Amino acid sequence: MKLIASLGAWAVAFVARLGQSFLFLLRALLGAARALPRFSLVVEQLYAIGVLTLLIIVVSGLFVGMVLGLQGYYQLVNFSAESSLGLVVALFLVRELGPVLAALLFAGRAGSALTAEIGLMKATDQLSAMEMMAVDPMARVIGPRFIAGLIAMPLLAALLSAVGVLGGYLIGHGQFGVDSGVYWSSMQNGVDLVDDVLNGVIKSLVFGFVITWVALFEGYAAPPTSEGVSRATTRTVVASSLAVLGGDYILTALMFGGL
Amino acid sequence: MQNKSIEIWVGIFIILGLAALTMLAVQVSNAGGATGDTFRINAHFDNIGGLTEKAPVMIGGVRVGRVGEIAIDKDSYRAVVGMDIDARYDNLPADTSASILTAGLLGAQFVGLQPGADDFYLEAGDRLEITQSAVQLESLISQFMFSQRQPEDSEEQ
Repeated sequence: MKLIASLGAWAVAFVARLGQSFLFLLRALLGAARALPRFSLVVEQLYAIGVLTLLIIVVSGLFVGMVLGLQGYYQLVNFSAESSLGLVVALFLVRELGPVLAALLFAGRAGSALTAEIGLMKATDQLSAMEMMAVDPMARVIGPRFIAGLIAMPLLAALLSAVGVLGGYLIGHGQFGVDSGVYWSSMQNGVDLVDDVLNGVIKSLVFGFVITWVALFEGYAAPPTSEGVSRATTRTVVASSLAVLGGDYILTALMFGGL
Repeated sequence: MQNKSIEIWVGIFIILGLAALTMLAVQVSNAGGATGDTFRINAHFDNIGGLTEKAPVMIGGVRVGRVGEIAIDKDSYRAVVGMDIDARYDNLPADTSASILTAGLLGAQFVGLQPGADDFYLEAGDRLEITQSAVQLESLISQFMFSQRQPEDSEEQ
């Protein structure tokens, strides 16, 4: 009996939290709409979320592209198909690795910072103080961060893909001597603007939405203690990473299944 | 001053991101070779091998179009390949023949067109009468094996 009760309690708590997060999303979107006219707030958040994530994205993109170039070449040369190296590297990056890897890095680098910041603001009663001054924290704090996350994520994913393609070129052309014209033309023949590039951008937009939502909600709903904030930060990274990987499977099946 | 440098950095970030998107669109994908006006011609093949949609259509090694559609003719059960030819190549003779070729030994397959000598030109919806199917490596190998086996068998007898 006790087991059933605890199971029920868990289910009720889960559904309640899900409902809270959707209500929070609704308020955050309204706040984002009201924050849009004050774009300087969004710019500030773009700096914190986007610019500071730039370095890790560019460096990881370069190395991922170089590894793809190496591994791709080692395998393709067995079939004397190294002329397809550019296509392999570009498709991997544009379709999957660009959006997913950027999203995982984004969740670790920017999502955790967002949760910790909001959680600490709440723990130190800054959000309540704003409400006392008739400033809506949804429009002043949550909204700009939401917009910034939505803008930053596709740009970061595109950067990771572009730098990765260059990294693959560096290895393919520089180390193995794959002809540069062949590298680029096989890529241009096989990569479609709508099917591949645009779908990748849509993916990264969805990931940006999910990560920012999870991060802001976890921070906002965190218990106002140091332990609560630390747990919320961990949950943000775990939950948004899982959401990204699971969502990626669904999006891939939807986008590329018809091929 | 602090605010100014933040704005500059955000500006750089957005420019970099947009530049990456542009690079993906122009340099990586096929948007550079803009697909303008095309017209569709059809060809019936007995066997198209590994031909896929979007495979190039070439004349003398120059790409003049893409394979737009692959289907089966409901009456003759032959493969129908619809090719979208660039509109600027509107002077292909009506007796042009099509064959399915392979780039390299194991490379991707494409459609090669050999222009004929007819005075009339192909128009949208026309059908190519002379076609040559894809060469299948398996049948080539089995033919080769078979022709090798023949003498041995006769010697044993």
